[in-house]
Amino acid sequence: MNLELVFDPLFRTPFLVGLVMSVVLPLLGNLLRLRDEWLAALGLAYLAGASGLIGLTFGLPVVLGAPLGALSGAVLKAFGRFRGNTIYALMVTVGWSTTMLVAANSSVGSVFGHALVEGQLYFAGSVHLGAAVIVGVLTAIALPHLGPVLIRARLLPGHQLSRQKSTGRFHFLFDVLVACGMAIGAGTLGLMAAFALAFVPPWAAFGIAHNWRHCQWISVGIGVVTYVSAFGVALVFDQPFGPVLIAVLVGIAGVAKIAQSY
Amino acid sequence: MSDALLEVRALEAGYAAPVIGPLSLRIDAGEIVGLVGPNGSGKSTLLKAIANHVRVFNGEILRNPDTNIAWMDQRPVRLPEMPIDGWEYLRYAEATGESPPPHLQSWLDQRVDSLSGGQFQLLRCWTVLGTDADLALLDEPTNNLDRQSEEILMKVISKKHNRRSVLVVSHDRAFLDRVCDRVVAIGI
Repeated sequence: MNLELVFDPLFRTPFLVGLVMSVVLPLLGNLLRLRDEWLAALGLAYLAGASGLIGLTFGLPVVLGAPLGALSGAVLKAFGRFRGNTIYALMVTVGWSTTMLVAANSSVGSVFGHALVEGQLYFAGSVHLGAAVIVGVLTAIALPHLGPVLIRARLLPGHQLSRQKSTGRFHFLFDVLVACGMAIGAGTLGLMAAFALAFVPPWAAFGIAHNWRHCQWISVGIGVVTYVSAFGVALVFDQPFGPVLIAVLVGIAGVAKIAQSY
Repeated sequence: MSDALLEVRALEAGYAAPVIGPLSLRIDAGEIVGLVGPNGSGKSTLLKAIANHVRVFNGEILRNPDTNIAWMDQRPVRLPEMPIDGWEYLRYAEATGESPPPHLQSWLDQRVDSLSGGQFQLLRCWTVLGTDADLALLDEPTNNLDRQSEEILMKVISKKHNRRSVLVVSHDRAFLDRVCDRVVAIGI
């Protein structure tokens, strides 16, 4: 056990990268859950992983290669007119098989394939921090505008139809935002950890929040508290970050679910 | 169109094939019109056609381009978990033009997924009647409503009489007779 590691300057940048994503991913996850498209997080993460790996074989950094796959998934979903989780389930299967095939047939693939699944947060540098901050700023700017339109389209579909307002571009922009968020999340925190941050906090918050605003705060609160705890625990006890994050997340969400039943 | 807010001329509309028509209807500004007919006669389809939600095969729907239409579908979207309270629900519906009726206000702090069927139905009606729409389309608004809520709904519909038009579809002929200026029967 080494407590000094938590305050080591070497880990400041990785810590900040994860901190930004621990705010962004639960916020995006809330809207995904409301749209009943929570599997999008995993589907886009798998595509990001696969394209990140393909990019690596061509000498492209993961932080650039991963968003390309996730973005192509968002475009496919938008223009293929798919609804619900079906397209995301296909992304999971195609992304997984591509990742495995690339890993098996390239020299760097095997090592980096494992890194993508497990996460490489402690190796995140200024490029990752820049990408995370860009996604964070885009989320902060876009969500106040996208949120009400997407919620209205989900809960009151007749509203826009009767007023002849098209919401297609809002849905597409949100899909792009999710794609970018999941690509950066998968490339730093790891594929399953990024998915867990987008899925578990909203799952817990939806049950206990009094309203939507409250739901945002609870989701982000769970995301940040879990992330900071997991970062410290993983470093101090020399454990893999992703599994520790998910263990803490499930623990906190479990407490929230128990509280809901009372 | 003269003074008509909306005019439907020989309309044939539906999905893969027409399910209503040819049908003509005229709604003047400020008029409350009821639409009655047996199941499957196309009452809801007519509302959907006015709200641009089904295919028009023949005929036309003439409306002033500046006319705001608000539509309450017969089938509400009620998710198993909706962490949204009544005030937020009205805000997202842009039904913030005026203060909701006191009866409604008393439970707007609650999450909408915790409301009873009748409470949620009245809230949905207000998402249409509480907007600045010139024409409100209400599809079976009395579903799940008890007598007290029905009375409130009638007051709300009548409140802006002569200033807002309302087209109400209902199987409850007595309700339509009490609230509407005239009732149009289709499919009979």
